[in-house]
Amino acid sequence: MSALLEVTDLHAGYGAGEVLHGIALNVQQSGVTALLGANGAGKTTTLRAICGMLARSGVIRLEGERIDAMTTEDIARRGIAHVPDGRGTFLDLTVGENLRLGAYVRRDRSVASDLAHMLDLFPVLRERLRQQAGTLSGGEQQMLAIARALLSRPRLLLLDEPSFGLAPLIVQQLFAILSRVRTESGIGILLVEQNASLALDFADHACILEAGRIALVGAAATIGADEQVRRVYLGY
Amino acid sequence: MLTIFGVPAPLLFGQVLLGLINGAFYALLSLGLAIIFGLLGIINFAHGALFMMGAFVAWMLLNYVGIGYWWALLLAPIIVGAFGLVLERSIIRRLYGLDHLYGLLLTFGLALVIEGLFRNQYGSSGLPYQIPHALQGATNLGFMFLPNYRGWVVAAALVVCLATWIVIDKTPLGARLRAATENAPLVQAFGVNVPRMVSLTYAGGVALAAFAGVLAAPIDSVNPNMGTYFINIVFAVVVIGGMGSIIGSIVTGFGLGVVEGLTKVFWPEASGAVVFFVMVIVLLVRPAGLFGKTA
Repeated sequence: MSALLEVTDLHAGYGAGEVLHGIALNVQQSGVTALLGANGAGKTTTLRAICGMLARSGVIRLEGERIDAMTTEDIARRGIAHVPDGRGTFLDLTVGENLRLGAYVRRDRSVASDLAHMLDLFPVLRERLRQQAGTLSGGEQQMLAIARALLSRPRLLLLDEPSFGLAPLIVQQLFAILSRVRTESGIGILLVEQNASLALDFADHACILEAGRIALVGAAATIGADEQVRRVYLGY
Repeated sequence: MLTIFGVPAPLLFGQVLLGLINGAFYALLSLGLAIIFGLLGIINFAHGALFMMGAFVAWMLLNYVGIGYWWALLLAPIIVGAFGLVLERSIIRRLYGLDHLYGLLLTFGLALVIEGLFRNQYGSSGLPYQIPHALQGATNLGFMFLPNYRGWVVAAALVVCLATWIVIDKTPLGARLRAATENAPLVQAFGVNVPRMVSLTYAGGVALAAFAGVLAAPIDSVNPNMGTYFINIVFAVVVIGGMGSIIGSIVTGFGLGVVEGLTKVFWPEASGAVVFFVMVIVLLVRPAGLFGKTA
């Protein structure tokens, strides 16, 4: 069986500056790959490159199909949903409008029931459906971003630092919900996190990025158990 | 005779009505400018020329094809909107991501070219366009006579403005538009074809200008300079209402028309400057405009 996402020799950057110098990584079907590394290593750039949000070269396959020459909107239609860094809340839209934007690619009739399901997962959003999304707290906005991404019924979810700036209790809640989603829907996740121990607990594979190159790949448990790796790359 | 502040009532109401008519054009034009600026970041200086094209297309439809006012009200915005689509796809698109100044220079140049071409072909003395039969005459409102056509202009502009506002504020299409105004790349990551939306938005704003042009055709004569009269004031309206604010441009458009009309009654000499005076005050007190968001 082919991997859900297969990235080989990916180069990408902003304008003339190349940030990624040929990286490779995989996400297995229903698997979680954690992408770790210091600030500026190229984690967010990797997610944006996969989405087609910046100039890139290399081979990216989603379930065997090449998506590296596609436009961002076509990639979204193929089933990749993005929870961007900074949450990407549309502040002027209501919570409900934000959520429905997530379901834009879908033409099936079960959007309404999926929306209801998301509101069960994130009850706090139900109370605020008609509110401007800009009035939500950071944690609520993160939940909104995840619920919005899941409403597209993706095959692959790209999560960019979901724990950023949130209280530990909220982070715990968030990851509990993510585990539930993972077992329910069987989607694959590519997770970028600063909080390495959290990410390694959640993921089954991990890649460590260093200055735009993959420094280390392996099972999440192995990497988490290696004290030297932790000290050198992950700082805990 | 009834007088208000020493002014005969019919004169006062007459000026308010005139103000509302001008306000209707301000609102329609600044609404299109606001939508275009919001999504494209382009200050569309060609707006006045496209307004003029709307009036000319109505005139051409009548004189070359025999298509009358009511159909022109529908067809001219579509034709001029399609022209706008071509402009956006071929030229304006190249300026995205550059400084606003480039868009301003380009569209200002486009306005000069378009107006020049029409002046060359049709002269600048103006062509007549008849008020449609159904709207000729006037209605006695008791306190004043309302020319039917002018009442129609105000009503039609109001309906179109409100419809536009509802589409943008209350529908899923409008939600995508507002979202793209905030963060276009992210909207694209949800599967929305943003470049197409941008083109259609420009065309939509242009169609609003052309619609205003058709409404104006029977009031002014159809001439190549008719847009220049409005465009300066309309830019002041956009600044006062708040750059990119939809409801702001509608309210400010009608409101300033009335303010201008009333100034004509009490201090005629100041009526030409009052809008700009208001602009200065608003910029001093609320730099983001009356309905704008402070960044």
